[in-house]
Amino acid sequence: MLAIACIKQVPDTTQVQIDPVTNTLIRDGIPFIINPYDAHALEESLRLKDSHGFKAVALSMGPPNAEATLRKAIALGVDRAVLLSDRVFGGADTLSTSNVLSAAIKKLSESDEIGIVFCGKQTIDGDTAQVGPGIAVRLGFSQLTLVDRILAIDTEAKTIRVRRKLEGRYEIVEARLPAMITVVRELNRPRYPTVPMRLRSVNGELEVWGNSELKLDTATVGLKGSPTCVSRIFSPERTKGEILGDGMGDPIGAAHLLLDRLIGGDLLAV
Amino acid sequence: MQIVFPVILTLSLIFFAFSCYRRLSLVTMGTWTGRMDRPFQRIADTLVYAIGQKRVMKRVFGLNHVVIFWAFLVLVLANGEFLVQKMVPSLSFANLPGPLYLLLLFSFDICSLAALVAVGVAALRRAVSPPFEEARTVEAYFILSMIAVLMVAYFVMHGAEIALGSQPAGLYAPVSLMTAKILLSAGMGTHLATVAAFAWWIHAVALLSFMNFLPYSKHMHILTAIPNVFFRSIEKPNTQPREEFVPYGVFGADSVEKLSWKDLLDSFSCTECGRCQDSCPGVATGKALNPRLLVHSIKMNLLAANSRTGTAGSLIGTGEERVKEEALWNCTSCGACMEACPVFIEHLPKVVKMRRHLVEMEAKFPEELLNLFENMEQRSNPWGMAPSERSKWSANLDVMPFEQGQAEYLLFVGCAGAFDARSKQVTVALTKVLDAAGVSYGVLGKEEKCCGESVRRLGNEYLFEKMALESVQQFQSKGVQKVITQCPHCFNTLKNDFRQYGLELQVVHHSELIDDLMKQGKLKPVQSTGEERVVVHDSCYLGRHNGVFDAPREVIRQATGAAPVEFGRKGENAFCCGAGGGRMWLEEHEGTPINVNRVKEAVATNASTVCVSCPFCMTMFEDGLKAIDGTTVRVKDIAEVVAEAI
Ligand code: SF4
Ligand code: SF4
Repeated sequence: MLAIACIKQVPDTTQVQIDPVTNTLIRDGIPFIINPYDAHALEESLRLKDSHGFKAVALSMGPPNAEATLRKAIALGVDRAVLLSDRVFGGADTLSTSNVLSAAIKKLSESDEIGIVFCGKQTIDGDTAQVGPGIAVRLGFSQLTLVDRILAIDTEAKTIRVRRKLEGRYEIVEARLPAMITVVRELNRPRYPTVPMRLRSVNGELEVWGNSELKLDTATVGLKGSPTCVSRIFSPERTKGEILGDGMGDPIGAAHLLLDRLIGGDLLAV
Repeated sequence: MQIVFPVILTLSLIFFAFSCYRRLSLVTMGTWTGRMDRPFQRIADTLVYAIGQKRVMKRVFGLNHVVIFWAFLVLVLANGEFLVQKMVPSLSFANLPGPLYLLLLFSFDICSLAALVAVGVAALRRAVSPPFEEARTVEAYFILSMIAVLMVAYFVMHGAEIALGSQPAGLYAPVSLMTAKILLSAGMGTHLATVAAFAWWIHAVALLSFMNFLPYSKHMHILTAIPNVFFRSIEKPNTQPREEFVPYGVFGADSVEKLSWKDLLDSFSCTECGRCQDSCPGVATGKALNPRLLVHSIKMNLLAANSRTGTAGSLIGTGEERVKEEALWNCTSCGACMEACPVFIEHLPKVVKMRRHLVEMEAKFPEELLNLFENMEQRSNPWGMAPSERSKWSANLDVMPFEQGQAEYLLFVGCAGAFDARSKQVTVALTKVLDAAGVSYGVLGKEEKCCGESVRRLGNEYLFEKMALESVQQFQSKGVQKVITQCPHCFNTLKNDFRQYGLELQVVHHSELIDDLMKQGKLKPVQSTGEERVVVHDSCYLGRHNGVFDAPREVIRQATGAAPVEFGRKGENAFCCGAGGGRMWLEEHEGTPINVNRVKEAVATNASTVCVSCPFCMTMFEDGLKAIDGTTVRVKDIAEVVAEAI
């Protein structure tokens, strides 16, 4: 049974700045990382490999340089790593991304039964949280979002029980396998690769599938299959707040200024 | 007797040789490391440190050891003669020219007395105030009494000969002469021949048993300590060897076979003097770490290993033969143990090798380190800050980017100096000082990368290698030759670690540079009124690991008009702040905090200011002082002390 982790290579957004003139992300020289939530998805698939004998697969759609992220997954111990890369997949929004990922999962199911598909709850560059549910719907899998704990898996009866972390409450739910699970960070602590694994991952087998393998209608993938259009990206202007005094040079003076302002404005709760 | 003794002697010698072979051949289980460079320096060092006992003498009771050691050296001659003379009577010192023989006789007598007194003192000390609690072992007392028996038997044997009149030169052996008088006055006159023969046998048996017991006891050091000093690391062990990252390689050490032969010889050379543990901050604050036991565990593991099949059990774990994982993470890499060890055992390289195994082979480490490693790899700084923030400290300053030919020095700001709020103030103070002295320097700004020091000491050599290669390449392409650092960790890595990557930089720590600038008259501090009592804290990586002790003191003297106040534990014996060896990034769950231990010592000196020259020490002192109620003691970096005086 497969435990598939869908992972995305994203720019390290803490380092991304927005070009004030063109309103686009300045990506030059910005290192790529694995989407942090996806790292937890990947970890969970590896844990199921260790605990329940699942076969762990890392699946990623992206440009050829996304190979680096999949190599990392190989270093961490996945059994298969598949990169979905094709010019026609480029410029995809969440809808066409779900189409491609679903097709790849379907293809994987030709040789192995699918158990669980893990996705991060969202990516840090798009923040939509739509791709995971998109896959579930397309493949007709049980959809379990925001999972922070897996309570039980029964591979015989093909059921799973998880805890979902919702705002202000938890929800324990049971579902049938195959299931699509989006994970939150509390689910696990990602492992660190050992050096022998890292060294081996350099030459580890990595499968690259394009549309000639997936055979999707090109109108449903990439830019063409993406109804979303981004009209503008900008950093919100700071409308409130100011910097008081000189905290570096005169911290005591700055603290006095702050206190005066707080007391003067009657802003301190007593 | 003519037949019995030669047989016993031959058997003893064979058994002794066999024991030595069996034990010492275990050392060959280790990996190869070359320790024959600079042979003349090695001989000279051996004369100073092994024969001259220079380090042994650094502690009061060391003198006692010096007496026993030198007496032993002289008595080796006496005992050699003792063993052969019975069989080949012509091989006797008595056949030497008269004055020489008398001199020998006199020295043997006096040395035996000295040794007897010294073992008495040693036994008393062990009973009253042992170096450490577990030092009161049966073995220790047994060895001491063996030596005492040897000496007493020597006196009785020679005393009886003198009383018999068969030793005409009795006057030259005053102690034996006195023993003769005692024997006579005790009414032994008629049994003197028997007494002499009896004493002879006691001496012979004691000597041969002592010899054969040696290889099985901590007194093995009698045989291995001198070679151990000879093969010591001549350079201070302030760097770590590189590893070769080939597929299917093994990295680090989790068994004695993966340690070097010198690591294994170290374990046989430990005298169990306990000096390393007395200086270790881990031991002082109740952690699992104990450098003496670390070495002991390696020895026990080695003894348990089967040298013929070449299999050794795991070295990391629990029990006497293994080093606890926590203990490995407790080490601050301060180097105090190595500085204290009289026989130059190198503890730190062993700790790092075992950490490497945990990190590189098992990916097993305290959980805090996961973020650290990721941050270092992704963003090249320990906090995971965006690299673009690196130059924020200089937002309001006019600092030049480094350009070859434009600036003499590269000011390597370091991660703390660039990101840590408190240390940023130090960086600003330092630029003020450099500008005042007209130093030509530039910075790398956002392009600067972490030097990787913590990562290397934490055993993540793979990541360090990646970081080091990047930095070295960057330095080379920018043509950097001279570097100023304000962090002793950067200092050590740029200076000593990067050398392994073919980059020889002239690295100065800011305290050295400021000292120089003052000496050249380029910086003329306006000395304050001297109200400030400044106590100086030696950073491990500046002081012990790199030998810079005087510069910070001289700078403080110039800047404040008064010599700094000193800690009790200072200079090469300074106590660590607790942040080295990557401990800066680890929680301190066990025992008491190391920094509080040091901060209390600082407060007790009645100083008003603690002067540090390291951003990690700065953090540890700032945090530690918060734990002391009502203290007004402040921490300043040496650059701040100077900046205030110009
Ligand atoms: S280096 Fe320091 S902390 Fe580590 S064992 Fe030696 S004395 Fe203890
Ligand atoms: S390692 Fe060195 S300092 Fe420590 S007990 Fe052994 S001989 Fe003494």
